[in-house]
Amino acid sequence: MSSNEKTLKPRRSFIDWFLNSNGATSVAVVLLGFLVAIILVALVGKKPGNLLRSLLISMVGQKNNRGVWNFRYVGETLAYSVPFVLTGLTMAFACRVGLFNIGGEGQYVVGMTVAQAFALLVKPFPGMWIACLLLATLCGALWGGLVGVLKAKYQVSEVVATIMLNYVALYGSRLISLNLPGANTYKTGPLPSQALLQKFLIPTSNLNIAFFIMIFACVVYWFIMEKTRLGFGFRATGLNKEAARCSGINVVKNIGLAMAISGAFSGLAGACVLLGGAFTSGRVLSAQDGYGFMGIAVALVGNNTAVGTFIAGILFGILKEAQSIMQTMDIPKEITYIIQGLIVVFIALRSGLELIKQQRAKARVRKEASK
Amino acid sequence: MDSEYAIEMLGITKTFPGIIANDNITLRVKRNEIHALLGENGAGKSTLMSVLFGAYAPDGGEIRINGNPVRIKDPNVATELGIGMVHQHFKLVHNYTVTENIVLGREPRRSYLTFFGKARGDETKVNPARGRFSLLSMAAAEKKVRELSDRYGLSVDPRARIEDITVGMQQRVEILKTLYSDSDIIIFDEPTAVLTPQEIDELMDIIRRLKSEGKTIILITHKLKEIKAVAEKCSVLRRGKYIGTVDVADVSEQELATMMVGRPVVFEIEKKPAEPGDTVLEVKDLTVCDSQGTQKVKDCSFFVRKGEILGIAGIDGNGQTELLHALWGLCPVHSGSVLFNGKDITRMGIRERVEAGIGYITEDRQKYGIVQGMSISENFALKNYYTPVYSSKLGIIDFTKMTRDAETAIDEFDIRCGQGAQTPGGSLSGGNQQKLAVAREMSMVHDLLIVAQPTRGLDVGAIEYIRRRILSERDAGKAVLLVSFELDEIMNLCDRIATISKGTIVGVSNAGEITAEEIGLMMAGVKSAKEESDEQ
Repeated sequence: MSSNEKTLKPRRSFIDWFLNSNGATSVAVVLLGFLVAIILVALVGKKPGNLLRSLLISMVGQKNNRGVWNFRYVGETLAYSVPFVLTGLTMAFACRVGLFNIGGEGQYVVGMTVAQAFALLVKPFPGMWIACLLLATLCGALWGGLVGVLKAKYQVSEVVATIMLNYVALYGSRLISLNLPGANTYKTGPLPSQALLQKFLIPTSNLNIAFFIMIFACVVYWFIMEKTRLGFGFRATGLNKEAARCSGINVVKNIGLAMAISGAFSGLAGACVLLGGAFTSGRVLSAQDGYGFMGIAVALVGNNTAVGTFIAGILFGILKEAQSIMQTMDIPKEITYIIQGLIVVFIALRSGLELIKQQRAKARVRKEASK
Repeated sequence: MDSEYAIEMLGITKTFPGIIANDNITLRVKRNEIHALLGENGAGKSTLMSVLFGAYAPDGGEIRINGNPVRIKDPNVATELGIGMVHQHFKLVHNYTVTENIVLGREPRRSYLTFFGKARGDETKVNPARGRFSLLSMAAAEKKVRELSDRYGLSVDPRARIEDITVGMQQRVEILKTLYSDSDIIIFDEPTAVLTPQEIDELMDIIRRLKSEGKTIILITHKLKEIKAVAEKCSVLRRGKYIGTVDVADVSEQELATMMVGRPVVFEIEKKPAEPGDTVLEVKDLTVCDSQGTQKVKDCSFFVRKGEILGIAGIDGNGQTELLHALWGLCPVHSGSVLFNGKDITRMGIRERVEAGIGYITEDRQKYGIVQGMSISENFALKNYYTPVYSSKLGIIDFTKMTRDAETAIDEFDIRCGQGAQTPGGSLSGGNQQKLAVAREMSMVHDLLIVAQPTRGLDVGAIEYIRRRILSERDAGKAVLLVSFELDEIMNLCDRIATISKGTIVGVSNAGEITAEEIGLMMAGVKSAKEESDEQ
């Protein structure tokens, strides 16, 4: 077989490689998004150079007047990317099992609320943050798993159910948080220091150990999906539910379980944002933070893989951090939303590339036939 | 310009991604001729006819109708040119009447002025009134349908609802559709696939009648008997290429088969007599309902023993799918029981059935058989990936071993693939997907193999291979249950034959003690010949 393989493998051109590589397309899509944004900035009469500079600063930091590098921006970028990556993993995980989890936002809110309630109500103890994170993860999983059970047992559309539950989570969270100690209309009393996440490396920024937890979550995601029998069943379910069922895989169980695991990532994200944020008090949410919805875009750009979602999450972190820098450089910060939007729109190019691929395959066959 | 040819398709080329469906094909059909188009599945017959009917635009070539070059850009143009098509899968609305189905899309109209009074126009004329505001005039349409039905001897009741009439009758409605739109050229796409042997004979009569009334017929088929029975000329396609056109009277079935396949064909596989042992599968009074509560399988009882093949013959849609799904645990059993090696498995989960030793080759391999997005090796391990064979105690899968085993299977079952065990299942051809499914089921430990439609859509080489494999399973002492809509396949392979009709097993006989005609009668729901003589 192996000798056969060599002879069968045709020499592949760059275009073929590009068309077949999901990673390469994602990179191209992102670059295209930036390109259009640059043109846009130039059109409204601002300096595109400033846009690029602010993006660069959020990526590598800035030299200050005394010639010392200031890495605060990098720290902020990485801190911002934590919830993006985690909610991205939520969407990606569900997608791999053939589900569409719009409920990242709700699961995020549930995680955050449970974490702050625990931190404020229970007498502080050393290592409290670990308990907070675990509890948030668990509750995110329950919130997602609830939808999974509804979907698996009663064929309730997970899209509708998660959207509804997002509102239940938001207003439920307000209800609970308003009754926490020291709460007013926008924040609760201060969180105990034992519950806060430890900062590291760049103390001037918000970069904290949540970053490592996020990387760990990516590894867990990759390991479950690619290496375990659980993931094998998940992937089979996602790619062909009927064939999976017919092969003896318990599809109902997989759907419930997958939604739970998917929700766990977002629950964790909620706790990470709360306990690692700049403010040390709990929050009374008046509107959705939007991380859950950004996660959909992150997963889309990252093509539902662990590495892809990680990189895409960092990219979204860069864009978010760049907002404040851009304002100091006379570039409207809204341009970052435009870039994000463009990237999501350009992702649709994948289908266009599929068409080109088909055309090329057709041409190749025709060429071979005419020989 | 006039020509003796009704249809000329000159140098037609049509490519799809990855394949050339039609490679420079030329087809010439004389006026008032029955012309067969012969080829295996995937030879390009349907593509060629779709080009003629305007469903696909050809990449190259020219079409002439009655000598005039035409461009058929959609099926409406084809209809205007007098080309009608009787599709393999009928396009009928089930709760409409025959007439309603026939006029669908070109409803006869009369002026609304005639609503209160007597019609002023000619009521028998279809479409006397034009314009937006007109009334339906079903009476005129019904009259025309009845006339056509009488003229061609179709005996179709214009007022019957489609859901109440047989498949054979539904096909006649499709024929009437083409006649209603005054088609001179009628294309039949695999018309006998869903018919009983008796209905096939009647269809052949109808085709002859159509010819005698001056129609030109194109008959797409891969069944040689039908060509010998009715066609005058026969054009053969093989792998998208035009092989030749012959006078049917001058060639034998064997010669046609050789043209079609490209090499001499073995029609029947030799087999040793069966040596049946203990009963492996026993089905008792099984009743299965669909989600609406209609009984799809009624009181079915049969058994399968070690070392024999039990065939279930029947026409598509007579409860076979539901029976298989119930046996496999995909849908609930309403009443009755299923025993496997003496153990009741009626309500057992699917994975337990796999573990108990039942293999199942599904009828729809794309939907149920393989996961297109997974590699050959992953598909190969789809049913036992979680067992200690591939999985450690902690649940980590040994993909290296999976690949190694799949490579062995690829060699053993001759699965043709581009990238070895990592080839995605979806990029395999139909025959190789089926070989993959067969390889998986046969490689697992099993006592019983349930096989549904194993050779549908495969080329002759793959058909032969898979049939031989099934026989070798039997010879190895396994019990085999074979469900097929191809009567030839059943007659050829099975040791005992059960016939299913409307969800009921109407008779079980030993192969060799029953003829295809008798089975045909039973398929159609007529009592077995033997029972009838008993009653007399």
